[in-house]
Amino acid sequence: MNKYILKRIGISLITVLVLVTVVFILVRLMPGDPFSSDKLTPEVRENLERYYGFDKPITSQYFTYVKNLFKGDLGYSMIYSNLRVNDIIKSSFPYSFDLGIRALSMAISFGLVLGIIAALNRGKSLDFICIIIAIIGTSMPDFIIGALLQYVFGIKWGLLPVAQYQGIEYTILPSIALGFYTLALVSRVMRASMVETVYKDYIKTAKSKGISNLRVVTKHQIKNAILPVITILGPVVAAVLTGTFVIESIYAIPGMGKYYVQSVQTLDYPVILGMTLFFGTFLVVANMVVDILYGVIDPRIKLDGK
Amino acid sequence: MEKSFKVVGKNIEQMESIKRPSLSYWQDAWRRIKLNRIAFVSLIVIVVYIFFAALGPYMNEYSYTTTNVNEMNMFLNSPQFEGMGFMEKFTSLMKTGHWFGTDEIGRDLWTRVWMGARVSLAIGFIVTIINTTIGSIVGGISGYYGGRIDSIIMRIVDVLYGIPYMIVAILIMVVMGAGVTSLIIALVLVGWIGSARFVRGEVLKLKEQDFVNAARVLGISDLVIISKHIIPNIMGLIITNLTMAVPRAIFSEAFLSYIGLGIAPPGCSWGVLAKSGIKLMRIYPYQLLIPAFFICTTMLALNLLGDGMRDALDPRLRGTE
Repeated sequence: MNKYILKRIGISLITVLVLVTVVFILVRLMPGDPFSSDKLTPEVRENLERYYGFDKPITSQYFTYVKNLFKGDLGYSMIYSNLRVNDIIKSSFPYSFDLGIRALSMAISFGLVLGIIAALNRGKSLDFICIIIAIIGTSMPDFIIGALLQYVFGIKWGLLPVAQYQGIEYTILPSIALGFYTLALVSRVMRASMVETVYKDYIKTAKSKGISNLRVVTKHQIKNAILPVITILGPVVAAVLTGTFVIESIYAIPGMGKYYVQSVQTLDYPVILGMTLFFGTFLVVANMVVDILYGVIDPRIKLDGK
Repeated sequence: MEKSFKVVGKNIEQMESIKRPSLSYWQDAWRRIKLNRIAFVSLIVIVVYIFFAALGPYMNEYSYTTTNVNEMNMFLNSPQFEGMGFMEKFTSLMKTGHWFGTDEIGRDLWTRVWMGARVSLAIGFIVTIINTTIGSIVGGISGYYGGRIDSIIMRIVDVLYGIPYMIVAILIMVVMGAGVTSLIIALVLVGWIGSARFVRGEVLKLKEQDFVNAARVLGISDLVIISKHIIPNIMGLIITNLTMAVPRAIFSEAFLSYIGLGIAPPGCSWGVLAKSGIKLMRIYPYQLLIPAFFICTTMLALNLLGDGMRDALDPRLRGTE
């Protein structure tokens, strides 16, 4: 177990290092000089050149870069002079985090409920409705869901605020838009895994002992069926995180995703790179935590074997 | 008792005769796809979209880049149709030749939707085919030969797999600039890893099976074992996987185009159309709804077709319907 965790942490560290190196190489590969833009004032340019150490050999540039990263320093914006990427993240992360948690908790709880309802009513119309919701969810890109929800509930019917992020009613539409894909995915996995457990011996045993149906479902079926859902949490976190890029732009939420897309559109390289590293590391760590968690929760998996 | 039964005897010829027509694996799969109504309708939808993507842009006289200031944002509710009934509005719109209306600078939306379909579908299929080919070769070598090659390749794949797909694609697009070629490169560089892992797993399972051992004992070369025994056995799974990966690639293209990194103007794709549609959604919702309809139905059809193919191409399910 400990060996597995150590190995998992090792791989994650290497992954982050590879990501850092790829980012570094890509900056150098950019046509011309990424900082030769007329948008730059001389002071900003000088700052950037000093920061990236352009006057030194390439290997020492790499090490300065990595050293800066280890200090937690992600660089400066080249469009807003003296604005640090760290400050952008510090001010925008709480919004994205809040939105992400809301979307995730909504998606996972509703997804589980839908999956359970579908599995318990297999072949009936309730099952069919749940399957249709799941199929729609996996077939609609989140920016289209976001835009349509905004149009119907915000503009047409005026039930909920169109944009911004100032109170609980503002969070509903973006959370649904962001979480819909996850909801569909969770309900599909949960349904499949519930259906599989029906034929398991321990369910037959429980039933033959005369335990009530409700107890069999809650104590035996759901408890066992929920495990595969944990394995998809890694990709789910990734989907929610990339989803914030478009959802935050659509709903004008001042989160990281909005800044990221803005920096992509204005080609603010240092911000793109710094935030890419932040997002990348965040996802690598999230994946690692999910993997380890799965091992801890499911005692049947012998982690040290692999 | 003896009178109740009569010895029929053996008729060797009849016993040996094949009663049903012999079907190859692919004929059988095709037969079962046709029986699965949802999958078959999905297949037809995709074929129709491909047909219109090829010919749609030539069906009216407009080109996808021609702008016209007199016909901006024209649709059923445009001012020139005011006071008409719905049917009248509809027929007058059809008469203008702009069957889906026009966009904010008067470009014909019908032509743009099908030009966009070309880009979106082409990227979806090309990216997935390249990914699957690279993934199958790498995963196949890794799984079949095992040993040190396998552990080296798998270490690399493990590390690369941890790097988030979209983030790398965004980064590559930023460096290489918008365009179809850079889109394909970006999506291939990060996309082959999944299919390599998948193919490796399947090959590992297969190479321990008796028919492969038998072939090896008979002294058949690795190349023949791979091409005659292993590949035909995983082809069904690979093709199913491929079908499921196409909508993912189309989605990635739409996503990247949406955040402004996909296709550069004046080129268009469904993602680009949806993006400009969202901008004008409040006043001209049709400009979002039309591309959104095509993106969603394509992804839906491909997902459902993939589900159907998984059942049709699995030889264990043969004859269960």
